[in-house]
Amino acid sequence: MNAILISALWGVVMMFGGVFFKKTSTPKYWAIAGIIILLAGNMLEFFGTQIFKIDTKGMLRFDNFGLLFNTIAFACTLLFFLLNGRDIEKVGENGSEYFALIFFILCGVSISSSFNTLLMLFLGIEIMSIPSYILTGSDKRNLKSNEASLKYFLMGAFSTGLMLMGIALIYGGNSLGSFYINMIELGTGPMPVMIAAGLVLLVVSMSFKVSAAPFHFWAPDVYDGAPTVFTSFMATIVKIAGFIAFIRLFKVSFGIIQQQWQMLIVLITAATLLIGNLTAVFQQSVKRMLAYSSIAHAGFMMFALFALNDTAQEGLLLYAVSYSVATIGMFAVLVKMNDYTIEGFNGLYKTNPVLAGTATIFLLSLTGIPLTAGFTAKFYMLLAAVKDGHQVWLVILAVICAAISAVYYFRVIQAMYFKEPAAGANNVMPVRSSFKYLLVIAAAIIIIVGILPSLVVDWLYY
Amino acid sequence: MLGTYYTFPELLLWIPLVTGIIIFFIKSPKAVKNFALFSSVATLVVSIISLCYTDFVHHPEYATYNNVSYVWLPYIGSSFSVGMDGMGFLLTFLTAFSFPLVFAATYKREYPNANVYYGLMLLVQAGLMGVFVAMDALVFYFFWELALIPMYFLCSRWGGEFRIRVTFKFFIYTFVSSLLMLIGIMFVYLHTPPVTALSEHSFYIKSFYSATLDASQQNMVFWLFFAAFAVKMPIFPFHSWQPDLYEQSSDSTVMVLSGIMVKMGIFGMLRWLLPIFPEAVEKNDTIILVMCIIGILYASIIALSQTDLKRIVAWSSIAHIGLMGAGIFARNNTSLQGVMLEMLNHGINIIALWIVVDIIEKKTGIRKISELGGLATKSSTLTTFFIIIVLANIGLPLTNGFVGEFLMFTGLFEYNKWMAVFACISIILSATYMLNMVQKVFFGNTNSITENVGSISGGQKFTLSVIVAAIIILGIYPGPVLHLTQDTVTDILQKFK
Repeated sequence: MNAILISALWGVVMMFGGVFFKKTSTPKYWAIAGIIILLAGNMLEFFGTQIFKIDTKGMLRFDNFGLLFNTIAFACTLLFFLLNGRDIEKVGENGSEYFALIFFILCGVSISSSFNTLLMLFLGIEIMSIPSYILTGSDKRNLKSNEASLKYFLMGAFSTGLMLMGIALIYGGNSLGSFYINMIELGTGPMPVMIAAGLVLLVVSMSFKVSAAPFHFWAPDVYDGAPTVFTSFMATIVKIAGFIAFIRLFKVSFGIIQQQWQMLIVLITAATLLIGNLTAVFQQSVKRMLAYSSIAHAGFMMFALFALNDTAQEGLLLYAVSYSVATIGMFAVLVKMNDYTIEGFNGLYKTNPVLAGTATIFLLSLTGIPLTAGFTAKFYMLLAAVKDGHQVWLVILAVICAAISAVYYFRVIQAMYFKEPAAGANNVMPVRSSFKYLLVIAAAIIIIVGILPSLVVDWLYY
Repeated sequence: MLGTYYTFPELLLWIPLVTGIIIFFIKSPKAVKNFALFSSVATLVVSIISLCYTDFVHHPEYATYNNVSYVWLPYIGSSFSVGMDGMGFLLTFLTAFSFPLVFAATYKREYPNANVYYGLMLLVQAGLMGVFVAMDALVFYFFWELALIPMYFLCSRWGGEFRIRVTFKFFIYTFVSSLLMLIGIMFVYLHTPPVTALSEHSFYIKSFYSATLDASQQNMVFWLFFAAFAVKMPIFPFHSWQPDLYEQSSDSTVMVLSGIMVKMGIFGMLRWLLPIFPEAVEKNDTIILVMCIIGILYASIIALSQTDLKRIVAWSSIAHIGLMGAGIFARNNTSLQGVMLEMLNHGINIIALWIVVDIIEKKTGIRKISELGGLATKSSTLTTFFIIIVLANIGLPLTNGFVGEFLMFTGLFEYNKWMAVFACISIILSATYMLNMVQKVFFGNTNSITENVGSISGGQKFTLSVIVAAIIILGIYPGPVLHLTQDTVTDILQKFK
């Protein structure tokens, strides 16, 4: 509850602050202060102190899993603000509003991680989505940004419609007349037709939100068209919050009849892994490559939904940490590049060794090399799937896809270390030393979580 | 002190790891070289001291000096367990012994970014040590991959013209196969009995040995593990990364790669594959033996037609590794002891071969055997050393190669006569291509290229004499090594009853 209210209030503060802030750099400091307060408020709730006591009639339920995810999401946003604060200011004239929108998204994230009724699910997802549409189009004079925003909005609105339809069907097929996700009447034997139709519509709309194939078509264009700083945020925190909502919904409401819908998830997972990885190989722009790779990672996160056991939950949290930190870090490096193509990275090791070194750790983590958080996350996910024991071929497919992902991630590493920089042109903008320290800290987080995943996982059983 | 505060496996692991990281921050190339040499010698000293504490039977307390376990991930049943048995001692010694030799032999070379180069080399050493001492499947997997990453950077950054492409091929091969092994590890893990109350299963090696897998499960998981080890060795159909990489890599990298890194595969088979999947091994041994023997003959025949020095050595290495693979799957006491001994011998011999090839290449600038000639008249020391090394590689009596190969052939003969007969053809073939190489490079008339070749440097002389001494000592008196590894072999064979 703390997180939902603080983020919403701070969003309003930031929005009106835009009128009063004189200097362009002020909003950034307010935003950083806000995120720290938000993080503190969420921690207080995690340790049992509720600042606001509101009776939600059980429509929201705060558990360790959701609160822990909130903490991860807020900490990653803090890292994002610290690394990219100046770049957010540069996107347009309304710096304060961008920060406000991000706070609204965080409000949606907190609802998505704690909903207990289908209505709250809908609210959470929509509060996350609508500011994302605006952020995508925030580079107003850039036609690509406009196009991406419109595309995202239209497709998003469509999938929202599907979700509402699904919710309505489940409500209607439910003799108890309840929106509570733990009170859906599933019957014995095969599902009632209305529930089954509702379930399929929910799978489709949630797959859309997390950009799982075959509902991923918006993702590359939107991630490519949006201002790079916001791509970084949307591809990480918004997407993973979608997964948290996805797994929460299906574990609580449809967990006991998992056998009946598992095949659907298996197909989506396999398609997402293949499409994401195979298309990423052919990209020349690093930004677009990261967009496709985010689809590929969605495939790995789908394993949490496929397995739906404790290991899968732990794995999803680890994935949230490893994937968010590595992707935010990688995008932060990308923002500083003059040329977004892979050739633009040529010889970065010579011109700026710190950027190249940290980017290497981020890329190794995304590939899933041991000693990085990416490996532990993938390891937990695959372990969860092997534990489930139904579809070992899917695990083997995932492993082959992980190897394919090495092809495109290592292409960037090869460019940075083994190719000569283009003569004369400087491939990287000047960066402050504090930026470098932050990148090193992010890389250190990756490695520490890679060696001691229990630092994250153990909190789940606090 | 010993055993309470530190143990040998830890020291062998931490010395290269810590010095490897420190070395990245040293600027002067000269200091870097000396520091790397110092670090590798320190590791060697520790390894030699550890060899005095191998007698677990008469001194049970020695076991505590060599085995240690720390809590790492209690809730999934993984602990940071490291330890050494006979095979562990042997391979850590090989690793510790090879690095100073490699550093000394290439001491005169100037690498661009020397600090990065030597730092990565020491990290490779740490990764290799980790693989050889790991007593927990997850720790084993960690180090298995960690040895690969610095190697990837070493091979891609320093080497020939096509190094990036070739190294990437190697990387993808090993990465895919080790991920398959990871699935295998998970699968076996889910069938292990628990060690502590905190988790249902355990990654500890003893739990893996007592995992309850039925025949069909064993058969499936066996191939997942086999893929990883077979690619690393490499066994016949998985070898295509190897000749290219050996040709393109720089001198000291290829020494480590062929001398020690391929032993990871052989070690993995002996430590993990055979004891965990005895039934699957018994079921599949014929097909793998046939693969190995095809590999031996195929590689030997290709080596005959090669004209490039590096490629001859590379293909001859595939032949030798194939023989070791056959020795493993013949799985009787004689053949396994032969494999143990040959791991050490092959490591020493091939490093020696690369040192000589490197000297020739540096002095003349070419590697084509047809364009060389008459080096014997120019550098008699080098010639003497080289002929001894070649004879050891062929497996002539009184050299170390003889004992190992003899044991392996005898073991193979015990298993199946005809396989042994076919494998023995490789001795003749290897004598042919090796002696042909000696003849073309060292004898005959000098030409315009070889005319101005001088004698070899002190460091190289020293390294080669150490190696030649090792070749002869191990050839005459291999007893201590065989004694060291007997326990491991007995343990492995106990699974096959």
